[in-house]
Formats: sequence, C-alpha cells, structure tokens
Amino acid sequence: MKIQQLSVFLENKPGQMAAVFDILGKSSVNIITMSTADTEQFGILRIITPEWEKAKTVLEKGQFVVNLTPVIAIQVPHKPGGLSSILALFQNQGINIEYMYAFPCAHTTEAVLIARFEDPCNVADVINATSDFKILSEADVFKEKKSCEIQS
Amino acid sequence: MTQLATEQTIWDKNESLPREELQALQAKRLKQAVARVYQNVPFYTANLNALGLTADDINAIDDVRKLPFTVKTDLRDNYPLDLLAVPRDQLARLHASSGTTGKPTFAVFTQEDLDTWSDLCARFLYAGGLRKNQFAHVAFGYGLFTGGFGLHYGIERVGAGVIPAASGNTRRQIALLRDLNTETLICTPSYALNIAEVAREEGLDPATDLPIKFGHFGGEPWTEDMRVAIEAELGITAFNNYGLSEVLGPGVAGECPCRNGMHLQEDHFLFELVDPQTDEPVKPGEIGELIITNLTKQATTLLRYRTRDLCVIHEEPCDCGRTTRRMGRVIGRSDDMMIIRGVNVFPSQIEEALLSVEGTTPHYMIELDRPGNLDQVTVSVEIQPHMFSDKMTEMNMLKRAIDKEIRTITGIGVTLNLVQPQTLARFEGKAKRVIDNRFAPGSMEK
Repeated sequence: MKIQQLSVFLENKPGQMAAVFDILGKSSVNIITMSTADTEQFGILRIITPEWEKAKTVLEKGQFVVNLTPVIAIQVPHKPGGLSSILALFQNQGINIEYMYAFPCAHTTEAVLIARFEDPCNVADVINATSDFKILSEADVFKEKKSCEIQS
Repeated sequence: MTQLATEQTIWDKNESLPREELQALQAKRLKQAVARVYQNVPFYTANLNALGLTADDINAIDDVRKLPFTVKTDLRDNYPLDLLAVPRDQLARLHASSGTTGKPTFAVFTQEDLDTWSDLCARFLYAGGLRKNQFAHVAFGYGLFTGGFGLHYGIERVGAGVIPAASGNTRRQIALLRDLNTETLICTPSYALNIAEVAREEGLDPATDLPIKFGHFGGEPWTEDMRVAIEAELGITAFNNYGLSEVLGPGVAGECPCRNGMHLQEDHFLFELVDPQTDEPVKPGEIGELIITNLTKQATTLLRYRTRDLCVIHEEPCDCGRTTRRMGRVIGRSDDMMIIRGVNVFPSQIEEALLSVEGTTPHYMIELDRPGNLDQVTVSVEIQPHMFSDKMTEMNMLKRAIDKEIRTITGIGVTLNLVQPQTLARFEGKAKRVIDNRFAPGSMEK
C-alpha cells in the first residue's frame, strides 16, 4: 500500500522554493506534508499531496524536474515513544530507512510517518506480519488529513 | 631593467644574424627538414605524395606554403610514436602533454634536440637577467610536462644554480627562495601571484622580503595588467616566454629586455601567421594563427603545425640588437581550448565526461575564475529527469561520478553545479560554453 511522493530538484538559489509553491498555489494544489533535503549546491523537495498528478504536470511545465517516488505512510501513536516503537521494529527486522518525515493530526492521538525504503512492498509485508502498525492508503492519508483540518 | 637594457644580453650569435643570412639558413634547414620527414615518416611521405610533392620541391622559405598543415589530431592518430623521424634507439627523453581524449601527445627528443632545447631556453633566460653566478628557482611541474625540465636545463646551460622546487607547498617555496637568496623565479604567472599572496599571509612584504629580481613566466595566457600586478607585488621584472610541447616545449619564443614582444627563435623554427578561416597569410600587423615548422628538431619534425594560438607578429627591428621577429602575447585561440592551471582542456572533454556518465550530453556551461590567483573551474550541468533521484545518496554518487570522470579525462578537478532545466543559455549558432572571468576588468584588483 504505497502512496506517491513528488520529489522535486531544487537548485540552491534564492526564490526556488517560493517558485514551487507559487506554482502549486496558483493551481490550487493542497499539500498534506513536505520535507527538504539539502546540500550546499542543491536541494531535494519531497511533497505529499492528493493531487500529485496535477502537481507534477504544472511543476514540469514550470521547468522543474519532478520524479514520483513510492513511499509508505504508517500510522504511529502520537505520544512519547510512538516513533521509537516503529523504529525498533525496523531495527529488529534489519530494515534500512532511506529517509522519513512525519506529521501529526491535530486533536487526535495519531501521527503519520512517511518513509522511503529500497523495497517498500517487502517492508509493508514485514510490518503487517510482525506488528499492529497500520499502513495507510492514499485514501486514508488524505481523508485523515481532511478530518484533521475540519476538526481544527 | 635599465641596466639590463644597456647590457649585452644576446646569448647566441644566431639571434642577431643579418636577415638575409637568417633566411638563407632557414631555407637550407627547411629543405633538410622536409627531406628528413619525406624519407623517414610515412605520414608525411603519404601526405606529400598526395599533393604531388617531393622534398625536391622545397627550395625557398616561401615554398613552405606548398606543404600541408599538421594538426593536433594528426599527432593523436599517430599515437604513440609513428611520427618519429629517427630510429627509436636515438631517443634520449620522452615527455607528454595531456591529450584531448585522455591519450597524451608525446614530445620526444634526441640528445641533439635536448642540447638545442637547453640553448633556446638559455637564450631567453639570459636575455632576462639570469647569469651564471645566480640561482634560479623552478616552480613548474617536473614529470611528463615539458615546462620543468626545459627550463631546468636552460638554467644549467647558462651556468646558474638551479633549484628544482617543482609545484606545490607554497610556504616551503617561499622559505627556499628567502633562505637561498634566489634571484630568478620560474613558474606560471598565476602561481607568481599566488606566491605573493601566501607571502603576505605569512606577514611578509613580497616586494621587499623576497629576494627575487627576475621572473620568467609562461605555460598559460596572461595580460599586461597581470604583468604590472606581478611586478608591483613581487618587486621584480617579469618576462614572458612561449612554447608548446608539440614542437619543443618552452623556448620557442621569449622576451628580451625591451619586452615589446617575444623574439621568435627563427633559426630553429619557421613561423607563419595565417587567417584561421582562409589559411591565407595575414597582412603585417594583423592577428593570425601561429603556424610553426620545425627546422632542426630531429626526433620529430612537424611541418606547418597549427598551434591554434592567435597573436600578432612584429617585424620592425628591436632595439636589443636581435634581428628576429617578435610575437605578441597569445590573445586567444582559434579553437576552444582552455588552459587551466597550466593544463590544456577542451570543452569537448567535459562533454565526453558527461556523456560517459549520463549516456546523453546534458546542457552544460563552464565558468573559469581565478580566486586567490589559482584557476577554478565550475561546471554547471542542467539536471534531467533520468539523472534525478529523491535520494541524497544517489545524487551525491552522481556528482562524484561526474567529478571523477572529468578528472580522469582532463586531469583537473572542477566544482560541479547541478542546475534546473532551461536555466543555462541556449545558442542558435555555435555554442559558447565557456565563460572566462579570469582576465575580466577588475579581476586583478586586490
């Protein structure tokens, strides 16, 4: 149960990040969550949005290099130790995380961990077979977020 | 300087032969050179035969224009030693320059060639103040590169003491110069400025705390502004010299105390200046591509070698008493070769590196700067979807792979700058992929 992440190449110069979100804003694309990775010379912007197809199209039209990356969204308890419990599982199973980021749902006791693995299908199988953690579908993630927004 | 200008500075009587005698000598040597290669070098035998020429058709200097040009790719095609004009066992030394495809071009010498080379370097060193009771410090690379050894033996020929410091470790070089009270410094012009800068960092005033009086600089293009800066910084008189390994190495031309152009060593080379588009001789005083024919070099004798260097030739007599014509500074190239830290690099080599890593050639741009007087190369590459990964590790691997390939092919390290698509300039005609900021106005300011 993978979800699509948009990965965007960012040249390290002022205004690049603003340009991305300007394009997305003007196209009425709503962002669920995002993260950046950067070096001195360039950055990688990672975005989760329900409208990833539209977002990809408009960004490419704006001369950005955009890749689609399958990632896994895992529901974790939003409380002390919530993240460490899933990381302990990865450690025990010898699963290597490429990178991850997370967002909480306000007014709930859950948070969502977005994680990138070399072999996401295998990781999903391992999680399902060895734990009670819930792997979220696109519908779950986007609905989850929506309900958060309504509550807030 | 004034003292030098009035002093006798001519090393060899051939430097001041009456023009008619010089031209008679050139004609005789040209005929011998053509006969030698026609007989011994299959490449030239075939090329002359194809034009219906034999050595007998070459009797006067102007007959050189009947001969075909030799170009860099001819040297590559005859790699490694197919252009030898002597048996292999006659070779006394083999140098090489960086090639355009990773393959070097050999510069080879018989013992007689080495003697000539030493003499030709001695000519400009002596003209530029070196005397046998002095020391000269060579901060050129010593390996396959012709610069270090050429100057080294030139200094020995003058009879001065040579310090073969080679390149690198500038602080140690400064200590050596000071401790030995060395009069002459030999290196690239940019390294001379680097020495001055490092000396300042050490709390020294390079103009007064370094003992050097004379500098002989070459191996890369430089400007009169740079000469003014070097002379002021180091408190020396700076001389320009010119050479290329294909026909010899350093010693092809060098300045006299008048410093109004580099005296061409016309007794050992025949020089022409042609329009690179039409291949016709340019009018006196006009810029053209320098074409060099080896008259005396035994190991390899190149006919009408296209240097791709653009310059003017001054014909009016020089006050120093030499009768040879003088070439002005190299002001450009008729191809797109760059000289980076003394290494010859073509944009096509960068392209080749990108192609071999990426499978396609992305849009790219090369920018040359000289911060701290050392050449720095930035290669900007437009990223394409197939090159991009969401993983930083893969992006870093891509950068390292391109870096490594460029270093392997060109021998130089670059700063790689990945940029977004459509951000680099596009060209309708011939692409201008090099931005050289090294000689821009203001680039010499401290």
